[in-house]
Amino acid sequence: MSIGTYILVSIVKILLAVFVLMTAVAYTTLLERKVVAHLQNRWGPTRVGPFGIWQPLADGLKFIFKEDVTPPFANKPLYLLAPVIALVTALTSMAVIPIGPWISLGSIHTPLQITDVNIGLLIILGITSVGVYGGALAGWASNSKYSMLASLRASAQMISYEVALGLSLVGVLILSGSFSLRDIVDAQSGTWLGFIPKWNLFKGQFVAFFIYIMAAYAETNRIPFDLAEAETELVGGYHTEYSSMKFAMFFMAEYANMFTVACLASIMFLGGWSGPVFGPPILQSLLPVVWFAARVFAFIFVYIWVRGTLPRFRYDQLMAFGWKFLLPLAIANIVVTSLVVALM
Amino acid sequence: MLKAKSQTPVTDSMLALVLFFIFAALCVGGAINLLVQKHPINSALSLIVVMGSLALIYLLLGAEFVAAVQVIVYAGAVMVLFVFVIMLLNAGEEERLPHGSRVATILGVPALIIGLGIAAAVVTHLTGLDRIGIGGPTVMNGANVFGNPQAVGHLLFRDYLLPFEVTSVLILVAIMGAVVLARRED
Repeated sequence: MSIGTYILVSIVKILLAVFVLMTAVAYTTLLERKVVAHLQNRWGPTRVGPFGIWQPLADGLKFIFKEDVTPPFANKPLYLLAPVIALVTALTSMAVIPIGPWISLGSIHTPLQITDVNIGLLIILGITSVGVYGGALAGWASNSKYSMLASLRASAQMISYEVALGLSLVGVLILSGSFSLRDIVDAQSGTWLGFIPKWNLFKGQFVAFFIYIMAAYAETNRIPFDLAEAETELVGGYHTEYSSMKFAMFFMAEYANMFTVACLASIMFLGGWSGPVFGPPILQSLLPVVWFAARVFAFIFVYIWVRGTLPRFRYDQLMAFGWKFLLPLAIANIVVTSLVVALM
Repeated sequence: MLKAKSQTPVTDSMLALVLFFIFAALCVGGAINLLVQKHPINSALSLIVVMGSLALIYLLLGAEFVAAVQVIVYAGAVMVLFVFVIMLLNAGEEERLPHGSRVATILGVPALIIGLGIAAAVVTHLTGLDRIGIGGPTVMNGANVFGNPQAVGHLLFRDYLLPFEVTSVLILVAIMGAVVLARRED
């Protein structure tokens, strides 16, 4: 493949990924409103189109036409930079996430992934740790005490749970022996006895999966860990002072992060895109993507289900849970996994 | 460096050279901005830019694991704590008293740059670094031997296991020292 085609294929993949991700983000807001509404015996949005399916477009238009207010005593450059950091880091993580195996179109043979890097997982963790600045700077630069409190909460929480999140993935890394997300998925192909898939979840990483889910909910600031957006105490959150598209950027970043976390869960624990493949060649190359999307959808659905079910933690409970329960459990999981791998 | 190795070595090293100058300029620019800025939070953010561009230079050298750790540990964790402290203390802009003569600044800064440039040229020539080229040896080889996670792991947990573990004890001592100093009564 010449360098020209390589660049062209990369650009096409990037545009496709951004388009699909943004559409998915927009429709997750609708899914969330619908599912939470049905959990609470309501209907949710029904007015814009059948079953409210045009609601995300209406919301987007509304955001664009809202007045864009900048607080007079805000630190302007950082106030503008914060939502950019939040959204850019949220979208960049997608660059290393594989959504399917290699495909061939004529002479072009390319992986279903923007770029396959052999330290893919580390890159995602690095980008996530930079993403903390979005929330931290938003709160500080708005020069408002509610935003400030929320951003301190959000940053402290994200730093604390990032430790447990990273350590929960070490067990999987020990089993797969690679940081490349594609290699990790490939290491989970096949079945035992013809029907039990060889997912890392079934290779003894139950505990790690549990820790990962808890830490991931905290990382994405979702209920029951959404202390940074506790409306009853903080008006809004670190984005209290933001309006119009700048607020929408934080919103999109939050949902894009949910997708990153869901994709990572599917790749690390649930076997990525493995599943039955049959039919004509075109179906054979598309079915893995469908299986992958199904896992991601299931994870997002559980996210929303939890949001509709659980109340919020208290802040000291949150910190104690992260440091005194999840962290030791994650370390114990690493010790047990490495012992099993070393002795077997 | 990265797994997609479709380019020829020539374009690879040219690309590496161009990227090196972009990130080096970013790094030096960030460092200067760090000193010039009056507000501590702007200085901290410039330091993050320096850390990030250093990570990218490591990546160009083929040390991908070090690059990722540089971002996760320094640009992520350590600098977040810096920003945190600045936010908590609500530190304002620094006041700088004018001191020293302007002649010294006007003459001294170019003299310092020229002096450092000569020193760097002499050192790179004596140590033979200038014959390697900026792209770095590993980028052109394609086969990356020293910078990948496996190689770093072997070095840390096999060849240098004792120093590595002793360093962690040292860090533990430093943490305990900080706790003792912070909680001293009186």
